[in-house]
Amino acid sequence: MTREDVFQELNEVFQDVFDDETISVNDSTTSKDIEDWDSLEHINLVVSIEKRFKMKFTMGEITEMKNVGEMVNIILDRMVSK
Amino acid sequence: MISILFNELKKNLKKETTGFDVFNLAVLGNCSTQHLVTAIKGYAYTEQLALTVFDADYNQIEAQALNSASELYSFCPDAVLLYICTERLYEDFCSTDISQREMFARDNFEYIKFCWAQINSRIMTKIIQFSFVEVDDRVFGNYANKTNISFLYQIKKLNYLLMEGCQENKNVYLVDLNHINSIYGRKIVFDCNLYYIAKMPLTTNILPEVAKQVVDVIKAFKGLVKKCVIVDLDNTLWGGVIGDDGLNGIQIGELGLGHAFSELQKWLKELKNRGIILAVCSKNNEITAKEPFTNHPDMILQLQDIAIFVANWDDKATNIMKIQQTLNIGMDSIVFIDDNPFERNLVRSLIPEITIPELPVDPALYLDYLKELNLFETASFSDSDKDRARQYQVEINRTALLNQFGSYDDYLIGLDMVATAKPFDAFQYPRIAQLSQRSNQFNLRTVRYIESEIEKISQDDDYLTIYFTLTDKYGDYGLISVVILKKQNHNTLFIETWLMSCRVLKRGMEEFIVNKIIEIARENGFDHVVGEYLKTPKNSMVAKIYEQMGFASVGDKFIADLKTFKQNKTFIKE
Repeated sequence: MTREDVFQELNEVFQDVFDDETISVNDSTTSKDIEDWDSLEHINLVVSIEKRFKMKFTMGEITEMKNVGEMVNIILDRMVSK
Repeated sequence: MISILFNELKKNLKKETTGFDVFNLAVLGNCSTQHLVTAIKGYAYTEQLALTVFDADYNQIEAQALNSASELYSFCPDAVLLYICTERLYEDFCSTDISQREMFARDNFEYIKFCWAQINSRIMTKIIQFSFVEVDDRVFGNYANKTNISFLYQIKKLNYLLMEGCQENKNVYLVDLNHINSIYGRKIVFDCNLYYIAKMPLTTNILPEVAKQVVDVIKAFKGLVKKCVIVDLDNTLWGGVIGDDGLNGIQIGELGLGHAFSELQKWLKELKNRGIILAVCSKNNEITAKEPFTNHPDMILQLQDIAIFVANWDDKATNIMKIQQTLNIGMDSIVFIDDNPFERNLVRSLIPEITIPELPVDPALYLDYLKELNLFETASFSDSDKDRARQYQVEINRTALLNQFGSYDDYLIGLDMVATAKPFDAFQYPRIAQLSQRSNQFNLRTVRYIESEIEKISQDDDYLTIYFTLTDKYGDYGLISVVILKKQNHNTLFIETWLMSCRVLKRGMEEFIVNKIIEIARENGFDHVVGEYLKTPKNSMVAKIYEQMGFASVGDKFIADLKTFKQNKTFIKE
């Protein structure tokens, strides 16, 4: 799976979780860019991504991811190590 | 587990609930409850329930319950959900002095009872208490079960005390979170990261299931309970078809597949003993259908367990409506269990209020699936419930059941049924021979053929052969009927064999087949088609079929005069 593929699937997850089809995430997207993305929805988002990509984030990653780019890096990293 | 995802439930919160029943639920927890509340509200929507929820802030149980001026009391809840999670309790346990630990369950039970009493001293509201998920910390290993100072011992005892406590406190109802945990497992129910980061002791994967349990109980509070189960017989209560396989051929009892059906029957009997009315709705002759109940040694259910027994050849929607009218209960309080997707879809489309479990294909899975649905939630139980089946035991006036149901035609049209009619070909010889061996009920002359005989007939100029297949919008039924026509002389064609699978009965297939026989007879220059009915103990259902299809009864034969014969009405296309 390429970085572009991950972004495409990830975008679907974002659209589903925030129930907004206009969302389009990129490397620099942060929680400030999406209105409903608070700490509570962050949990739901993380779980939904884990389910979609069949991987787990570590606790540190969940709390420290700065933007969507970092998120994608972690997902790609898990795929390689699988 | 129910198939709805958390994110789907969340989307329901934005939807319109006008016209729904309303209910006020307050939620108090010592953990994060926001996602739980989202799931409960979203699930309530699927049950047409508009839930207004007061979700107290994190860990505010006492602040809300002990203060008369709190938001809890100004909210006027219809029920209060109390969620004290095991994980928090374990933290308390660790800070309890070892000498006090044998009293841990008792002390916590007293505290919970105190909360109940505080709430009920201010408002007479129902209280929903989650049971504790029983997890062991493995400090003692399995020995934890053998010492009263282990957490496992105390948490199990606490659950037991809660069960006792809610019998004394009539307003308190337990929702058994521990049951959910034992069914789906700790790895599904709990995620360390979610607990450490968000103080959520339940994953979003399990929340829809938990929400369902809460809403099920709320529905029971509102009187929305199931009172009656209507069951099909063949391949539902036993394996096989009683009319074809006979008393010795059906599967019931300890052996093999029979065991699955026995267990299902035991469960149904348990339901009956707790006050659920059992009724039977089967496409069968009544005598044939009752035979296992009276004569099969392995049957668990007896005729006296069944309040209403309906076995005839009418469509099931009509029969179910008669059962409902006789019992005089709401359609939404009835569950209909049938292995056949056609019957389920028929009934569902004509009676949308009824509950029809979409049974798994494998009969071994029926029972677990039905248990998972938790259909029989109740908010009360008394001794008088136990005898309800007998109270309802009534003799149905069978002639009343002959009234036809107006929109059955519309239903058939909507099925988009397509049939084919073809002369026998080599690919079908085995299936045709097998059908001739197996079919007992819809079989006019019950002639049995082996494969080589079928082959010979299909190559013999004295015979015309037809096999029929049927598909509808739900699926393909395959080869379902066989007709063998013998040329008696140059004027007359004799129906040596007509058999059909009972699965496709009363959908216009009989009419389609007769029309086809007449068409073929005309094409081949015959004047008359002659049919015959040879009675057997099992084929009484077709005794009158030729007359129903427009043949004239002459002596022991039935004759169609092709000059005057009118085509039968059918909605099946070719």
